[in-house]
Amino acid sequence: MELKTPLSEKDLISLKAGQVVLLNGTVYTARDRAHQRFIELLGRTQALPLDLKNKIIYYCGPNIKGDTLGACGPTTASRMDVYMKAMYIQGVAATIGKGQREPAMRQLCKEYKRVYFVTHAGCAAYLRNRITSYRLIAFGDLGAEAVFEFEVEKFPLIVAIDTQGNDIYERLGTSSE
Amino acid sequence: MNRKKIVSTVKKLVVKANTELRKDVAGLLRTAYQDEDNRQAQEALGVILENARIARARRIALCQDTGLPIVFLEAGADVKISRALIDAIQEGIDQGYAEYGFRASTIDSDRHLSYSPYITHIGFTRKKGFTITVFPKGFGSENKSQLKMFNPTVSRESIDEFIVEAVRKAGCDACPPYVVGVGIGGTSDSCLLLAKEALIGRIDRPARDTSAGKWETSLYEKINALHIGPMGLGGKYTCLAVKIKTAPTHIAGLPVGVNISCHALRSASATIRDF
Repeated sequence: MELKTPLSEKDLISLKAGQVVLLNGTVYTARDRAHQRFIELLGRTQALPLDLKNKIIYYCGPNIKGDTLGACGPTTASRMDVYMKAMYIQGVAATIGKGQREPAMRQLCKEYKRVYFVTHAGCAAYLRNRITSYRLIAFGDLGAEAVFEFEVEKFPLIVAIDTQGNDIYERLGTSSE
Repeated sequence: MNRKKIVSTVKKLVVKANTELRKDVAGLLRTAYQDEDNRQAQEALGVILENARIARARRIALCQDTGLPIVFLEAGADVKISRALIDAIQEGIDQGYAEYGFRASTIDSDRHLSYSPYITHIGFTRKKGFTITVFPKGFGSENKSQLKMFNPTVSRESIDEFIVEAVRKAGCDACPPYVVGVGIGGTSDSCLLLAKEALIGRIDRPARDTSAGKWETSLYEKINALHIGPMGLGGKYTCLAVKIKTAPTHIAGLPVGVNISCHALRSASATIRDF
């Protein structure tokens, strides 16, 4: 199944855990320090450098040399669990990363009708071929942890947590169990 | 000291390690791909192999996490270890990472990003010349490292349980199928280094010592019985290999360290004899 951004509420609700999706459109990278910056700005009631409403966040810190984008695979999503509620309140539609998330994320996805996707972890050269263009959006001083806009074509995803809170990784337990 | 030669050698190793999947790792991945009967897991293994082809052909890093550059330096009897040698290695690391646009993932307390200081582990041999191994370690897997200080009389089962549990706790976060390095003995710090060193040698050959080989095989089977699989999709391959390294330890304890590598286990070595 192919989907185009922005994802509508209907698109999000129709997605089921385990489903394979090819994504076309725009995603925004953000990882640990970009999230930390978002939270700091929100704490000071300052405007964010981009409106997060209906955006898809890709947990990724790419390789970039000059104008050339290199490897750009997903990083571990669970490190961003702590920021997830605030991101959903800002309107983030979905996140893309790798790995399991804390069980509380299932409830959050259900409550806000949001989706967590995973993509091919450790396959950064393969995923590079699915990105048609990129540009810097914010926090350039963070290097690879800056916010970049990626235009993606047939970007391969699997729905890991759906809007019902179903989690394909529930069978694996959690690291804290 | 032929500084230029050392710099250019290290630079080549940086590129090779980051863009060429090790032959032993690729071989085990191909075997897993052919043997896997869980369709989704098999497809994920196929993408891993395709990724390696693209990375090599286009000189793109296998993984965007080009790691913390770790260097293992094995110095022969005729080698004088000096600051200049260490600086030359650093320059090779810096040049290789910068030229190919590999990510600067090292951050200091002032939040300055760089490729340095890389970490060097120095060992000594009686051979001539020195061998440099560049081992970029990603932190998705490094974060899953585990240490346990056992009692000296602990059972083999308890050790196995700890190792298998370390992998279970890693779940699919650290990019399975894994290569699991285990260090047993030494001290709390050195057993974790042993666990990392276990990942440098060929992983597709059984251990020389048959009892160690049997232990590795039995752990391999126990770990694969977790059915985590590539991307956490299940199947037969949660790990590609388990490698154990041992060292003598104090009579009052038995340190066991686990260092997990993702499927993109990266390292490249070169020996320099005329320096």
